[in-house]
Amino acid sequence: MTSVSLDQPTAQVADPLALKAEVRDLSFYYGTFQGLKSLSLPVYQNRVTALIGPSGCGKSTLLRCFNRIHDLYPGNRYDGSITLHPDRIDILDRNIDPMDVRMRIGMVFQKPSPFPTTVFENVAYGLRLRGVRAKAVLAEKVEYALRSAALWDEAKDRLHHDASNLSGGQQQRLCIARALATDPELLLFDEPTSALDPIATASIEELVDELKARVSILMVTHNMQQAARCSDFTAFMYLGELVEFGPTEQIFFKPSKKQTEDYITGRFG
Amino acid sequence: MVSGEHTIKQYDQELESLRGRILQMGGLVESQLRMAIDCFEHADLRKADQVVEADERVDEEEIELARVILNLIVRRQPAANDLRLIMGVSRAVTDLERIGDEATKIARAARWVHNKGVVVRMPRIRDISVSAEAALSMLRGALDAFARLDAVAAAEIIREDEGVDEQFRLILRQLLTFMMEDPRTITGSLDTVWVAKAIERIGDHSKNIAGDVIFIVQGEDVRHATPEQLARAVSQPS
Repeated sequence: MTSVSLDQPTAQVADPLALKAEVRDLSFYYGTFQGLKSLSLPVYQNRVTALIGPSGCGKSTLLRCFNRIHDLYPGNRYDGSITLHPDRIDILDRNIDPMDVRMRIGMVFQKPSPFPTTVFENVAYGLRLRGVRAKAVLAEKVEYALRSAALWDEAKDRLHHDASNLSGGQQQRLCIARALATDPELLLFDEPTSALDPIATASIEELVDELKARVSILMVTHNMQQAARCSDFTAFMYLGELVEFGPTEQIFFKPSKKQTEDYITGRFG
Repeated sequence: MVSGEHTIKQYDQELESLRGRILQMGGLVESQLRMAIDCFEHADLRKADQVVEADERVDEEEIELARVILNLIVRRQPAANDLRLIMGVSRAVTDLERIGDEATKIARAARWVHNKGVVVRMPRIRDISVSAEAALSMLRGALDAFARLDAVAAAEIIREDEGVDEQFRLILRQLLTFMMEDPRTITGSLDTVWVAKAIERIGDHSKNIAGDVIFIVQGEDVRHATPEQLARAVSQPS
C-alpha cells in the first residue's frame, strides 16, 4: 500500500477566480444621450480585464463609472449597479461618498498627469488626504508605492524635485505610484500608454503584470496587441453595448460574435 | 467564415494571394501524384522524370509560402479568423510538400520495379491502383474543402482515411502470402510495399489538410480527435 503524505500538495490547484466587482444592467446618460446601454460585466480579482472597442463605444464612460468621475458634471445619470466585492457595496449608490470609492479604486489617465509639486508630494497626496501625518509613515508608504511602480531606483535621489522633470514614462509610473499609495483594490487604466514610446510602454505593461498580484485591473486600450499581451479577460464594446466578454485567448483566437471578429481583425466599418 | 474587407486593403490582397497560392501548390501536388500513379500503373517511365521535376517546384513553393506567411505575421499581427487561416495554411503547406515527396518515392519505386521487369510477377498492381485512387481522391477532396472552407466536407475526408489505411493492411497481407509462396517475388514485393506505404502516408497527409480546414473554420484542433469529437467539432456554429 502506498500512502499519500497529507502535508505535501498532491496537485497544483489553479488560482480560482473571485469577483472583485460586478457591473449589472448599467446604463449611463450624458443628459439625454445614453452612453451605456444596460451592460453587465464581471471584473475578476487579481486579473487584468481589457476594454476594447472603437472610439465612442463607451469604454472610457464605463471605466469612469467605477470611480464616479461622472459625478463632477451635472446632468449625468447612472442606472443599474456596480457592486464592489467583498463587502458588496454599490459604488453607484447615492449614499456612498465618491471620495471613499476613489480611495479604494485608483485611476491612471491617458496622459501622465502629475500634480505641479515634487515627486514625493505627488505620491503622498492621497495619504495626506486620508489624514496620514506622521513623517515616517508617509516616507515609508511613498517608498513602497514608488517601488511597486518600479520607479524607486530612478526617483529616489529626486524625491524633492519637481515631478514635471521626469520623463513621460516616469511620470506615468509616478501616477501609478500615486494611485497605489492608498492601497487600492482596483486600478483603472485609461489608455495608460497611448502617449508613451515603445520602451516606456513595455515597462508599464510589465508593471501591470506585476501589479495584478496585488490589485485587480481594468484597462481601456485602443491597442489590440496590448489587450492581447496584458489582459486575462477582454470585453468588446460597441455603441454603448457589451458585445462580447471572455478569456483573452478566446477573444483573439475565436471570438463568438462576428462584430468582435471584424473589429479585432481590422475589418470594421 | 471570412467576413467583410479589412480597412487596410493591402491586407485583403495578401490573404487572398495566400489562399490562391496554397491552392495552386495543391494543384501542382495533385498533378504530380497523378503522374506518379500513372508511372507505376502503366510503366510510363518518362513520367518518373516529370514527377521529380515537379517536386522541385513544390519545394520552391513551400519555401516561398513560408516567406509569405512570415511576412504576414510580422507586418499584420493577424488575429482570430485571419490568424487561424494563416496557421492552417502554414500546416497545410508542410503536408502538401510531404505528399510531393511521397509521390516522388512512388515514381522512383516504379522505375526500379519496371526496370527490373519483375512487374509480371506482381499481380497486386490493381490493388495498389485502387488504394492510390482513393488517396488521390482524398487529396482532391481536402483541397476542395480548403477552397470552399467547408468543415463538413473536410470531416468526411478525415473519415475516408480509415479506408485507405485498411487497404494498406490488405495489400501488405497479400504481399506477405506471395513472398511466402514464392521467394522470387520478395524483391518485387518489397518495392511494392514502399509504394503502398507511400500511398497510405498520402492519405494521412490529406487527412491532416482536411483537419486544417476544420481548424480554420471552427477553431478546433482535430488532429487526434475521436470520431465523436470530430462530429462535435464540425457541428458547432462557426
